[in-house]
Amino acid sequence: MIRVEHLKKEYTTKKGTVIGVNDVSLTIERGEIFGIVGYSGAGKSSLLRCLNLLEKPTSGNVQVDGTNLGNLKEKELREARQKIGMIFQHFYLVSSKTVFDNIAFALKAAGKTKKEMESKVTELLELVGLSDKRDVFPSQLSGGQKQRVGIARALANDPKVLLCDEATSALDPSTTKSILSLLKKINLDLGLTIVLITHEMEVVKDICDRIAVMENGRIVEIGRVYDVFSKPTQELTRSFINSVLDFDLPEHILKKSTGTIVKITFQGSVAEESVVSDMIQKFKVKGNILHGKIEYIQGTPLGIFVMELKGESTEIAMAAEYLRNRTQNLEVIQND
Amino acid sequence: MIDSLFNLLPDLNKAFYETIYMVLISLAIAIIVGLPLGVLLFVTDKDLFLENRPLKSILGFTVNMIRSIPFIILLVALLPLTNLITGSTIGPTAASVSLSVAAIPFFSRIVETSLREINKGIIEAAVAVGATPWMIIKDILIPEARPGIIQGLTLTTISLVGYSAMAGIIGGGGIGDLAIRFGYYRYDNTVMVTTVVILICLVQLIQFAGDKIARITDKR
Ligand SMILES: Nc1ncnc2c1ncn2[C@@H]1O[C@H](COP(=O)(O)OP(=O)(O)O)[C@@H](O)[C@H]1O
Ligand SMILES: [Mg+2]
Repeated sequence: MIRVEHLKKEYTTKKGTVIGVNDVSLTIERGEIFGIVGYSGAGKSSLLRCLNLLEKPTSGNVQVDGTNLGNLKEKELREARQKIGMIFQHFYLVSSKTVFDNIAFALKAAGKTKKEMESKVTELLELVGLSDKRDVFPSQLSGGQKQRVGIARALANDPKVLLCDEATSALDPSTTKSILSLLKKINLDLGLTIVLITHEMEVVKDICDRIAVMENGRIVEIGRVYDVFSKPTQELTRSFINSVLDFDLPEHILKKSTGTIVKITFQGSVAEESVVSDMIQKFKVKGNILHGKIEYIQGTPLGIFVMELKGESTEIAMAAEYLRNRTQNLEVIQND
Repeated sequence: MIDSLFNLLPDLNKAFYETIYMVLISLAIAIIVGLPLGVLLFVTDKDLFLENRPLKSILGFTVNMIRSIPFIILLVALLPLTNLITGSTIGPTAASVSLSVAAIPFFSRIVETSLREINKGIIEAAVAVGATPWMIIKDILIPEARPGIIQGLTLTTISLVGYSAMAGIIGGGGIGDLAIRFGYYRYDNTVMVTTVVILICLVQLIQFAGDKIARITDKR
């Protein structure tokens, strides 16, 4: 659906050139929810804004639905943009227009008639659950409601792609949840491809299929959300995941314990098996769970346990090996 | 005193209408030319949808140049142009030429400033939706800047009332002309005071109406 090749975006400022995106290549599949995470200034917005040419790439190609955006004339680009919806952190609704007119503007841009606008806006308001706010001005809406209007406006011309720039970052956690479930619903019902950038790992965990982690304009890690969560390869990725899975063991527990401490990551169905009790029966070790958590990432469990193993060192080594084989992921944090 | 005021009434009446006439004509021209000019000054700016640095520079320079000329000098300097356009250099119609020339850059800068207040993200959202530049100007920029533009119109109108009195110096007609002919040359204090009172009332009225309209159109 979206194909980015060697994309580079540099900004020329008074203080010299600033790199926004540095040689990014990426393919996003049809119907996918693709997350881009990274700290502020990593280049997430720059990358996203190149996908509808709000920002003109310095070099490289951007292809959306088979069309190379760089080759389009002004008018063709406007038509292409009608098929690429976009929502923003601060909503950017027109304050002098009612909810109806804000949404209708997008339809007007596509040359729709009054009658078509009327029925389409009604349908969209129903979809985002704001039918009763039709004639209200944006200043009278809550943040979550404003974002719903933003979503309705973005969906007005039946786009194939929806770009979300920190769409939930200005919202409280429960409103975030409801906006995310709306996005998920749209993704499923309309088959919309969604690209969303965020610095909140919660968002990724909840709705993304794949993610890319960005740093200094580059993608440093990319993969299916579950894989990235269970086997991050980059320190940066790990720090993001920790913000959700919060697995740093308190210092005093580490000090107090005398045995070998292992961190076991259970993936998928293994998380539901009795791996630990099997291990304790098989080997002469005592296991003591210090910390544990099971997260469901899009319905698939991901369990992380920190255990203290006590016993003969050869037995511990064998037990650890056993765990490593059955879970594919074991990390020895401390050896006694 | 009452008597002299009564005798003055026909002159006063005529002068009042002449002032209104001059102000309205120049205001209309300021809107017709100054509004598009102000929009152009804004949309040709860096990072906007009709970015055009050379055009922006030329327009900006011209506007600044006219604005830096004191009105009284503009009034005299434009006499040939006035003659060319209206076929005369005296009277309210003639005075409207230089008033318009002064009002256009003044108003256009106010329009530009009001447009600058709009959150860039709102404009970008409109670009992202695939709207044409004309649609963005007509349906987003002007409505969003409307309260500021109306306040600018109030300001322009009030300035025009002041400038129109200056036009009296070269025989432009209106209340200023009256004040100069009677008050200045004949030391007639009644006329002087009366014209001042009229001008004060007029300005207050314009300000009041302008504020009211601006408030009604502000939806933020
Ligand atoms: N319009 C711009 N002009 C100059 N520099 C910019 C502009 N937009 C972004 N940048 C710079 O590009 C880099 C990436 O920014 P951005 O894409 O906004 O990051 P993120 O969205 O991940 O916070 C930053 O260093 C930022 O300062
Ligand atoms: Mg950003």
